Amino acid sequence: MLPSFELLMPETLPEALEMLAGYAPDAMPLAGGTNLVPDLRGGKRRPGVLVNVHGLDALQYIGRQDRYVVMGAGVSLADVLESELIGAHGRVLQEAARVFANPLIRNRATVGGNLGNASPAADTVPPLLVLDAELKLASAGESRWVGLEDFFVDVCDTICRHVELITAVRWLVPPPRTFSRFRKLTLRKSTAISVVSVAVRVTLGESGRCVDAAVALGAVAPTPIRVHEAEEVLRGEALTPEVIDRATRFACTAASCIGDVRSSAAYRERVTDVLTRRLLAEAQEWSEEQWERS
Amino acid sequence: MGTKLITLSVNGRRHEIVAPPNATLLQALRDLGCTDVKNGCGKGDCGACAVLLNGRAVNSCLVLAWQAEGAEIVTNAGLGTLDQPHPLQTAFADAGAAQCGYCTPGMIVSAKALLDDNPTPSVQEIREAISGNLCRCTGYTKIVEAIQACEAEPHKER
Ligand SMILES: Cc1cc2nc3c(=O)[nH]c(=O)nc-3n(C[C@H](O)[C@H](O)[C@H](O)COP(=O)(O)OP(=O)(O)OC[C@H]3O[C@@H](n4cnc5c(N)ncnc54)[C@H](O)[C@@H]3O)c2cc1C
Ligand code: FES
Ligand code: FES
Repeated sequence: MLPSFELLMPETLPEALEMLAGYAPDAMPLAGGTNLVPDLRGGKRRPGVLVNVHGLDALQYIGRQDRYVVMGAGVSLADVLESELIGAHGRVLQEAARVFANPLIRNRATVGGNLGNASPAADTVPPLLVLDAELKLASAGESRWVGLEDFFVDVCDTICRHVELITAVRWLVPPPRTFSRFRKLTLRKSTAISVVSVAVRVTLGESGRCVDAAVALGAVAPTPIRVHEAEEVLRGEALTPEVIDRATRFACTAASCIGDVRSSAAYRERVTDVLTRRLLAEAQEWSEEQWERS
Repeated sequence: MGTKLITLSVNGRRHEIVAPPNATLLQALRDLGCTDVKNGCGKGDCGACAVLLNGRAVNSCLVLAWQAEGAEIVTNAGLGTLDQPHPLQTAFADAGAAQCGYCTPGMIVSAKALLDDNPTPSVQEIREAISGNLCRCTGYTKIVEAIQACEAEPHKER
């Protein structure tokens, strides 16, 4: 049996926001429940009131708005995997969805829940960080867009206030000739939390040099992180082994790995190096193909 | 803690049940007598509780009963009976894909969701589709063979 709580079942988003405001700070949103239900059962979370946001129509779309790809926070990982629009303009996020948990969990788990849960190992975060994603935080009568990089404060802690809900996620459609990929290392192939995850985005200019780059890491610090020092190294350069090596070393420096049930600190550091290097090497191979094609 | 009257359609039959807010769909189904839906880990790790919820395979232990209000639910028992088994159920029996049987209803639900979407999956696709279902007995080989065998037969859907 789960511990007892009150469960509110709003039918619209405004109603849900009113309910969150009415019961703050004792109310929490419930989406797919793939984090929250086990956490309730284990006693990790003890909210008095849950506000169900799963299935709210207003949170359930993926579309293009001007130069942005925009999706509602209620979109499931299965929806992300199936979306042609995300395949075309957010491949890095789709790659994370492909290796996320397993099909049963992906059918329930939402992007909003993955962000709201704020695990250092949340797999949608490194991809959304390299896409420079923004989140829409809404409360009754108000809303604001915040950069994802400013969203996380600490393990399981974000700037989202008790009365607020993540309602949408958006990113600018990346320029043509953009490479974006995600890799995670896990202890087995499915249903496994990341030991380390890495996302990389590289945009090539006319000359074949990298004009813009982003590198993000998961599970190596209290929150997922962007590695701006590595990006500085890549920007304006051709992706030579030397440049890749320098960027990778910055990624390893930025990581503050700890040991836990999944890995020792030393192994995490090693894997951060290997995965970052591999993704940048793939970017390099891809950039050569682009160059040959043009 | 107020209870609520909710409607669930389970294997084609409408049920009205009274459920407290903290009841999971798994509990509600078992209370309705659907004991083919197994209570394994209760936290999303094993897939023994898998059911089709509006056509999608999900872990019923992670869904609150109230969240399933009005939904169409199909369990393994809804796919076929002893007299008229579903091709997947026949294939599992023929291939020896069930030993203790605890994982079997969830496996069949995941396999059904796969074949609905992709009638001719590769071995890799089959393995991926059942990757949320743990089996402690079979080593998975015969389960994969059963799903493959079923895929080879022309589908006699209900
Ligand atoms: C077996 C298993 C495997 C898993 N594998 C992975 C994996 O590979 N990668 C991974 O990253 N995670 C994994 N997870 C964790 C989990 O599935 C994800 O974090 C999922 O995205 C959570 O989404 P949800 O909709 O289920 O959220 P819920 O459990 O409903 O909520 C999670 C938290 O977010 C809050 N929340 C929900 N929606 C919102 C919103 N719109 N705005 C603000 N806050 C909100 C809730 O209040 C709660 O604190 C796994 C979990 C299980 C059980
Ligand atoms: S009982 Fe639901 S996944 Fe194990
Ligand atoms: S047959 Fe026993 S767990 Fe699969």
